[in-house]
Amino acid sequence: MQFVLVMLVLCGATALMASPLYSKVRGADGQDAEEAALEAARDAKFREIRDAELDFRTGKLSRDDYRALDSTLRAEAIDLLRRLDAVRGHEEQAA
Amino acid sequence: MTLGRACLFLALAIAPIGAIASIYGARTGRREWVAVGRRSVYALAAVLTVAFAVLESAFLRSDFSFEVVTTHSSIATPFFYKAAAMWSSQEGSLLLWMWLLSLWSSLVLFLTRRSLRELAPYATAVLLGFATFFGALVVFMANPFQLLDPAPSDGTGLQPLLRHPSMMIHPPMLYSGYTLFTVPFAFAVAALITRRTDAAWIRATRRFGLAAWTFLGIGILLGARWSWSELGWGGYWAWDPVENAALMPWLAGTAFLHSFMVQEKRGLLKLWNVCLVLGAGILAILGTFLVRSGILQSIHAFGGSTLGKPFLGFIALLVLGSVALVMSRRDDLRSPEARSYSPLSRESIFLMNNVLLVGLCFVIFWGTFFPLISEAVTGNKASVGPPWFDRYTVPLAIGLVFFSGLGPLLAWRKTTLAGARRSLQGPALFALVVVVLLIVLGVPAGKWTALALFGGAAFAIGSVVQELWRGVSVRRAQAAESPPVALVSIVRRNRRRYGGYIVHVGIALLFVGVGASAAFQHVRDVRLSPGQTARVGGYDVHYVRATSSVGPEKVSLGAVLDVSKGGKHVSTLRTTRGYYPSSDPTAGPVGQYFDGDSTTEVGLKAGLRRDIWTAVQPDIGAMQKMVDGIDKRFPLAQGDTQRFLLTAVSQRYVVAPPPAVFRLIVSPMVEWIWLGGIVLGLGALIAIWPPPRAQRRHVVAPSWSARLGRELSRA
Amino acid sequence: MDPRRKRRIRLGVALSAAVMLAAGLIYTSFSAASDARTPSQLLRTAESGRSYQLTGKVVPGYRVHGDSLDFRVRDRAGGSSVLVHYTGEIPDPFKGGREVIVTVRRSGSRFVGQRDSLITKCPSKFSASKGT
Repeated sequence: MQFVLVMLVLCGATALMASPLYSKVRGADGQDAEEAALEAARDAKFREIRDAELDFRTGKLSRDDYRALDSTLRAEAIDLLRRLDAVRGHEEQAA
Repeated sequence: MTLGRACLFLALAIAPIGAIASIYGARTGRREWVAVGRRSVYALAAVLTVAFAVLESAFLRSDFSFEVVTTHSSIATPFFYKAAAMWSSQEGSLLLWMWLLSLWSSLVLFLTRRSLRELAPYATAVLLGFATFFGALVVFMANPFQLLDPAPSDGTGLQPLLRHPSMMIHPPMLYSGYTLFTVPFAFAVAALITRRTDAAWIRATRRFGLAAWTFLGIGILLGARWSWSELGWGGYWAWDPVENAALMPWLAGTAFLHSFMVQEKRGLLKLWNVCLVLGAGILAILGTFLVRSGILQSIHAFGGSTLGKPFLGFIALLVLGSVALVMSRRDDLRSPEARSYSPLSRESIFLMNNVLLVGLCFVIFWGTFFPLISEAVTGNKASVGPPWFDRYTVPLAIGLVFFSGLGPLLAWRKTTLAGARRSLQGPALFALVVVVLLIVLGVPAGKWTALALFGGAAFAIGSVVQELWRGVSVRRAQAAESPPVALVSIVRRNRRRYGGYIVHVGIALLFVGVGASAAFQHVRDVRLSPGQTARVGGYDVHYVRATSSVGPEKVSLGAVLDVSKGGKHVSTLRTTRGYYPSSDPTAGPVGQYFDGDSTTEVGLKAGLRRDIWTAVQPDIGAMQKMVDGIDKRFPLAQGDTQRFLLTAVSQRYVVAPPPAVFRLIVSPMVEWIWLGGIVLGLGALIAIWPPPRAQRRHVVAPSWSARLGRELSRA
Repeated sequence: MDPRRKRRIRLGVALSAAVMLAAGLIYTSFSAASDARTPSQLLRTAESGRSYQLTGKVVPGYRVHGDSLDFRVRDRAGGSSVLVHYTGEIPDPFKGGREVIVTVRRSGSRFVGQRDSLITKCPSKFSASKGT
């Protein structure tokens, strides 16, 4: 019985490890990875924009400093959105 | 070969194969081999889960054919302690370590399977490298599946001192913390290898770092709580080397959790962050090593084992490898020149924070390893005690609690002087009022460190309350919500920020508890007979009567004490000392109980204002003549006869008790330490909790600005 | 101010503070430390009035009188032992054969333990493996 269980575990582990060698790895993974990275960067930038607004509204930033910071952050966010669109555009074309 | 042992061999084969496959896939660009590496981690987790289940089931079934079950459990051991006894052993604890490592590794690789394409294979290899090391230990040096033939009918039982719920959860919490720290460690190494030193690796592993920090912190507090409520010395922290070994990675982790935000937002402090996370990972392995090596004198250093040398080699490899990597990649870790920040900014505070935390870590490291350092320098082993540690850690802690209040009040990049003044005045005034009030209420001004700690804590709590108040006001102005709803809204929308603030409150409460209990504790050791009273910390403690009991596992001798203040009854405390039989065959049927292990059941009245604590030390010496006489007359007594004799001795103790020694402690605000821990955990949970996923929908808008506005409002 | 110069100033201040802390640390640790000694080392080299951290194993047959304890501590590998008179909290795990650490001062032919300095190491559950 022990031997059967050991063989089951061994076969299961081997099958799990070797499965990628026998199944097709999606070619779109690369672009998915880039899209995921850009989405993470976009979400982080959105957080920064909200943080800056909250800092301003809670009195930690002056109006001038906030305006300067906000415009910089929004420009960076728009750049990220552009790059995200470009990646998704490529994805749609590939599909 | 048993199923469990076969699984360990399998795990030891899977780990290096997976590591090699990952690196091969990364170097050649063959994605299928990278996937093989990732699935190796899943396979490792599955195989170790089987091994863990086999060993755990052996403990629960009391299967004494396994040596580790025989030496750490018994038929009489309660079910809960049987379940947890596995990790009271060297072998079982290493298996637990490896199993937790495989689970967290599987989770992080699953979550990052579509991202961090360049980093993930190298991180996989590092994680599997850890697994290979621990796998080699459990296969070749600490086999949890060692069999006994013939199997004994019963085991020796769990060490009595460990029979406490805190002690059973303490190791899994600590090991979860240690193993979770390997995740950001692995990704930091991968980032350095691939020269992808931007914030991507931090974003992917931030939650793991925070989870590691939380589990480790809870583990440390559970150990402290056990020490206070179970051990008979009346303290919760002794600067013991193994206590320090868990605290050091926690401090490095604390620094990392703050300074990574600076890298995320500004691309700064890259070198700090990789050093902190590599340091935390190495310190986590060092902590695991210290418990098993016996190289330092410690109440926890469980003798010497043969694992010291392999651990030392592994730590040396980690240190040398980390230093080499950082040095070779230092150009990639330089911060952008143009990105400066004002001294009055959150970045500055986080940098100060880093300095204080690393300083604290260094002090503790130096004091902990001083016996080895002094031996290397002078030829003599020497050690430093708690007063030395306190001299340096207390001022650093005061600085830390103050900065924890200052950080939330400043903006990123720059805060104007007027803005800083506006933000600071409320919390500063609150802190001043608290300090003045404490002095008026009788706290001597001479206890300046305690007052500074309380003032700093008040400042920190005041700053968080102010931030919450301001946030609620902003939200109410925007959305016309009631205050409670607005509070929930702002916390939900800014989990990281407000979760962090709540953690700060928890730390402040913890420091208040530590400061008060350290500075204003009253301790008395008194020798009392029944009917006598002693006074401690303004309380009268009256020894009412002696108690005793004979159970299946132990004989207990104790006392009932009545505590009153100003004539009013406050509490009744019961404290006992339990005596377990030794296995010495030459000891008599009664004497063996007073020759074996003993445990103290502390009498504790806990409260938010103060704890009243007592532990009894019965005078066994006074009963020795009686015990010796009985052992001489009935040397072979067993079973019911033995029980009868034990009952006679214990009843004699109740009828004519010799004076007993009591340690009486009145300690203010100890419970604030545990309360602070709960608040800290809650804050960490809020900070870890993922926000709702931003909807992935293509937005058509007349301009980028308009589109950004719409996406921001939905995020 | 030029950001690079700012950074250099900050680094300079931080390094200076670090060096001062380290110097204080190192000096006070060497001056405040207690030397660790085994029983045989203590018998050979202990000076009166100086405190030492005695480490060794408890010899069975000790006596408890109230809160005071008279016990012998021997070298880990056997051999020499010293008599210690100790007052204070006796740890739960204390018993014959266990390893202890106690701060002592020489008083004639015996050693007096510092109050509440007695530490008993937890009984070994992480002992050397008995083999695979």
